[in-house]
Amino acid sequence: MNVGLWREPGRRLRANTGAVVALCILVILVAMALVGPWFSPNNMEALDWSHVAAWPGMAHAHWFGTDRLGRDLFVRTLDGARVSLAVGLVASVASLSVGVCYGAVAGYLGGRTDQLMMRILEILSGLPLIFFVIFLTVILGRSEMLLYVSIGAVGWLTMARIVRGRTLSIRQQEFIEAAIASGASTARIIIRHVVPNVLGPVIVYATLTVPQIILFESFLSFLGLGIQEPRASLGTLIAQGAGEMEAAPWILLVPGGFLALLLLSLNILGDGLRDALDVKEGG
Amino acid sequence: MTPLAASMPTLSMENLQVTYALAGGFSAAVRDVSLTVSSRECLGIVGESGCGKTQVFTAAMGLLSGNARASGSVRFDGREILGLAPHALNRIRGSELTMIFQDPMSALTPHLRIGVQLAEVLVTHRGFTWRDAMRAARFILERVRVPEAHRRLRQYPHELSGGMRQRVMIGMSLLCEPKLLIADEPTSALDVTVQAQIMDLLRAVRLEAAMAMVLISHDLGVVAGLADRIIVMYAGRVVEAAAAGELLRHAHHPYTDLLIKCVPNLRAARLERMPCLPGQAPGAAMQERGCAFAPRCPRATEQCRSERPLLRSVQRSAQVACHHPLSP
Repeated sequence: MNVGLWREPGRRLRANTGAVVALCILVILVAMALVGPWFSPNNMEALDWSHVAAWPGMAHAHWFGTDRLGRDLFVRTLDGARVSLAVGLVASVASLSVGVCYGAVAGYLGGRTDQLMMRILEILSGLPLIFFVIFLTVILGRSEMLLYVSIGAVGWLTMARIVRGRTLSIRQQEFIEAAIASGASTARIIIRHVVPNVLGPVIVYATLTVPQIILFESFLSFLGLGIQEPRASLGTLIAQGAGEMEAAPWILLVPGGFLALLLLSLNILGDGLRDALDVKEGG
Repeated sequence: MTPLAASMPTLSMENLQVTYALAGGFSAAVRDVSLTVSSRECLGIVGESGCGKTQVFTAAMGLLSGNARASGSVRFDGREILGLAPHALNRIRGSELTMIFQDPMSALTPHLRIGVQLAEVLVTHRGFTWRDAMRAARFILERVRVPEAHRRLRQYPHELSGGMRQRVMIGMSLLCEPKLLIADEPTSALDVTVQAQIMDLLRAVRLEAAMAMVLISHDLGVVAGLADRIIVMYAGRVVEAAAAGELLRHAHHPYTDLLIKCVPNLRAARLERMPCLPGQAPGAAMQERGCAFAPRCPRATEQCRSERPLLRSVQRSAQVACHHPLSP
């Protein structure tokens, strides 16, 4: 909607070679995760007994090799990446919307409301996350939903803090006073005048949140708390590969490499966005 | 209009007090101010930084910060508006009672186009459709003499100069045909040539719109050109109130007299050293004993230091708070 305001940051981002390369790699990885499995003759659950723990190569249909059970690693890695990306994206969007609303309201209203809301936030962020997830798993049983809920429950905390901080400084600015003087209601001021002005840091933080959440999901799956067989995420694949590291290193290296490349490109892109939007200058 | 309504002032304040709760106790920014603004009148408010002149109208608009308390009475168009709930106040401010701010650079929301910001006022207050509101926005930009109004509507605030932005602010404040426009230091952040243009514009729109105006400034020269009546404030109190011409010709309060002498005069026979007021304006936290101006006043006596002078009439239209006013 505000094309004019994004033109300058867009130009700065394009001038940043690293960020552009990262963006290209990211697009390729995401495209691969989305459509890649269709190009392979294999599916993710089929066991190929004639190629058990096969080396990667073009000699057979398993381009990235197979695991101990003869399952195709190309399909499993891409499918796992899709799950990881979905978790990262959903949890980021959830943490973004909750965090922005919470932070903007706390920061704008200020005073006691702000104090109360921030104390609640501190209590939540004081909970040890792993303990929290194990606890939830015990009560609710293992499910993919639980993964989203537990990650979403903590992901918004930092976002809320960032948005609150920005809101506190925006609230002091004269255009907010002018908006109040022109008879705009509190809700309207928050939605129309405050939130769009905090979007810069929010976008940057969101780009940096996605890899964090993907990593966290992988970590939980590695521990066996996340995605369950026969579904795979990058984390579960890496956990399997870790067991075969000496005999069949590619089972670890293929999903591990994919994860590393994904996180690296997301982080470089996030840094590039931060420089392009120059959070200090802030809209 | 009934005779009663005609005689009713647009804005009247009685015994307005604004106090701030600070860590070390309370501090009074406005002490017992009473004033009226008649319809179609332009009232000038003059005083040094920190004398409470802005606070008086910030309180009236309901814009005081959370640690400030206002007491007394502020009646706008016959209705008490001090302490009104924000949603009730929102029906008045921005439409009948508008305000323009000192710094046009920061008073417009940076991420919204000029047209949207203008139109939004009409959409909120008058229930216009966006289409009609945009047309009205364009019309108002032409009225405040913004060149190429059509193109400006699609621009962002940062694409406009300071003077243009102040014109946009003035336009925005006129959109709903207000009964009273409060201009808080409208030209202080602008350079001198632009100042003159903005003052000309304010003079013109005031006559066209037939509204009352309050002009707040630390610069007596700015106020003198436009105001019908001038109120001089010092340390949160009104120290002198008089018709503009009379006040400029003959000030009663020594403070006003010194302020007038501080206005640079290009027509003076030769350039003299600029007179300036010795000392500093007292802070709001000051304990009151006697006249607040006494420590800086050339005419101060023992009485001034112990007994606070009350505002009293000295002539037909002039009031002054001084034990030893300058006599004609």
